[in-house]
Amino acid sequence: MPYSYLEHISDVGIRAEAETLDGAFESGAEAMLNLIFDLSTITVTEDITFGVEAGDLALTFVETLNEILFIIDRHSLALTKLKAVQIKQTDGGYLFTGTVLGEPFDLEKHTVKTEVKAATYSGLSYKESEGKHVFECVLDV
Amino acid sequence: MVTPVKESAIEVRRITDYTWEIPRTGDMRVPGRLYADKETVRELLGDYEEKKVGGFTPALRQVANVACLPGIVKASLAMADIHPGYGFCIGGVGAFDIEDGVISVAGVGFDINCGVRVLKTPLTREDIEPIKETLANQLFRDVPSGVGSTGEIRLKEAEIDELLVKGSRFVIERGFGLDEDLEYTEENGAVKDARPENVSHHAKERQFKQVGTLGSGNHYLEVQWVEEIFDEPAARAYGIERGQVVIAIHCGSRALGHQIGTDYLKILEEASRKYGIPIRDRELVCAPINSEEGRRYLTAVNCGINCAFANRQAISHLTRMAFARVTATRPEEIRLLYDVAHNTCKIEDHDINGEVKRLLVHRKGATRAFGPGRKEVPAAYRGVGQPLLVGGTMGTVSYILRGTEKGMEDCFGSAVHGAGRAMSRVQAKRRWRGTDIILELKEKGIIIRSRSKAGVAEEAPGAYKDVDRVVEIMHNAGVNRKVARVRPLVCIKG
Repeated sequence: MPYSYLEHISDVGIRAEAETLDGAFESGAEAMLNLIFDLSTITVTEDITFGVEAGDLALTFVETLNEILFIIDRHSLALTKLKAVQIKQTDGGYLFTGTVLGEPFDLEKHTVKTEVKAATYSGLSYKESEGKHVFECVLDV
Repeated sequence: MVTPVKESAIEVRRITDYTWEIPRTGDMRVPGRLYADKETVRELLGDYEEKKVGGFTPALRQVANVACLPGIVKASLAMADIHPGYGFCIGGVGAFDIEDGVISVAGVGFDINCGVRVLKTPLTREDIEPIKETLANQLFRDVPSGVGSTGEIRLKEAEIDELLVKGSRFVIERGFGLDEDLEYTEENGAVKDARPENVSHHAKERQFKQVGTLGSGNHYLEVQWVEEIFDEPAARAYGIERGQVVIAIHCGSRALGHQIGTDYLKILEEASRKYGIPIRDRELVCAPINSEEGRRYLTAVNCGINCAFANRQAISHLTRMAFARVTATRPEEIRLLYDVAHNTCKIEDHDINGEVKRLLVHRKGATRAFGPGRKEVPAAYRGVGQPLLVGGTMGTVSYILRGTEKGMEDCFGSAVHGAGRAMSRVQAKRRWRGTDIILELKEKGIIIRSRSKAGVAEEAPGAYKDVDRVVEIMHNAGVNRKVARVRPLVCIKG
């Protein structure tokens, strides 16, 4: 599995890793979405593309997760996946563009698990070693 | 980047059996103070040793980290339900001088003004026992709960702005509540200086259909009965007696609050660098209260606070109507005991060494607990102090406590907010299955309704600390006093 959950007494920590930066962002999103929904109950009929910018890669990762939470609430969607479009270095840091996939939320069809309030800066880290990109952060649930 | 500050070892000294101190060392500006028994301190020190390398910050370190922030007054405090949070520990209280102190997102949390309100019914346990399945079904149908739930009240952005300023009153003006509800809500259901222009469109867009929804996680609506009274005069003042049925509603500001936290975490991260505030933990980013960023965040938090009051007010209305449908009770016979907040920062006046000082008090998973005589306490309760509503778990008990003078002197009039987790959600899900928990509690006479079985497992009673012990510590320390213990009959889980 490209992601795992870390023990945190009040919240849930996630660890996402992949050989590419794109892949690590996608894994992180899936780790979070898998906490919220039973992903097997979601089919893909809609997609929304978004962009976020922050000072460094770890902060951009958190911003991405928080933007996905916003999209779920704002558009009442059940999301199953993030596809990274591009990660670009900018004057202010990094710009991440991605597309989330899912369908309109339906209480009857979708199995929901836990509400994630926010991705936080707690336990936040980004490391690149031995050809792997690894993000860790704590989600407030 | 955050400025690194020197780490130091943690020492915990006993002051009394229930009060402990982390002495001032290194960069700490004030000592840390904990309400705990010997066993809790042993557990916390164990966590400290073990988790030092685990990537997460142990709660004792979090108490010491907060003690390093500029402008902190007297002590960095932790209530008896202390456990690791992000930045501040849960159960953490930090008061900052309004002139040279800071404001921190981690001191408030993402679920701004998450809190508990308790409604009193004229019913007894005997009235409810035969109909509790029907009542559970009605409440589950009428009060939206769980991930993705939406409320009956849909708002346009201009209406949201009005709600963020007016709080509970906005909801009552639309016919959802009684005027007297305002008297029995902390801050009368709305803090002043709430500025919607400092809340993002993102935050408002997330909220427009969530007013009057419970949310999920540890949020709940419980029908309870008063099992024991410990303090007769206070119980009389609060209007509760043995055998009476009460209703507890635990929820917060929903997505609006979460988004305010998310937005300002980023803004205060930049502010920390701009003002050169040394910080030990990235999550502890903050801004001077008196800076533009600090003022904007404070006035946005005030909006979040008002949003949560409005939310609990809307849910109270739905609850009253559900009760009226299945019992012989009229909605206006169900009266509000009190509504307390436990994720806030508020400007308050406190006596510091004989001098009244204006402070910004952060309470993260801690409740305001003002003692007798404070003008903020409703007149009917002023003789005995503010009621505190401490949630247990769905299978155990909850408590109604009161604030004391000692609490005013020792900890800025603060209290525990709940049992506090003892086990992670991941661990809880490994150990229990939601369906088993529901059956087990049914055998104990407690009816659970929830959309999420996984959520029930995460919130299993065994995943929490013993609420009796947590309350006993505060009671014995003299900062909160026990008034009544209540036991659940029906629990609607978010």
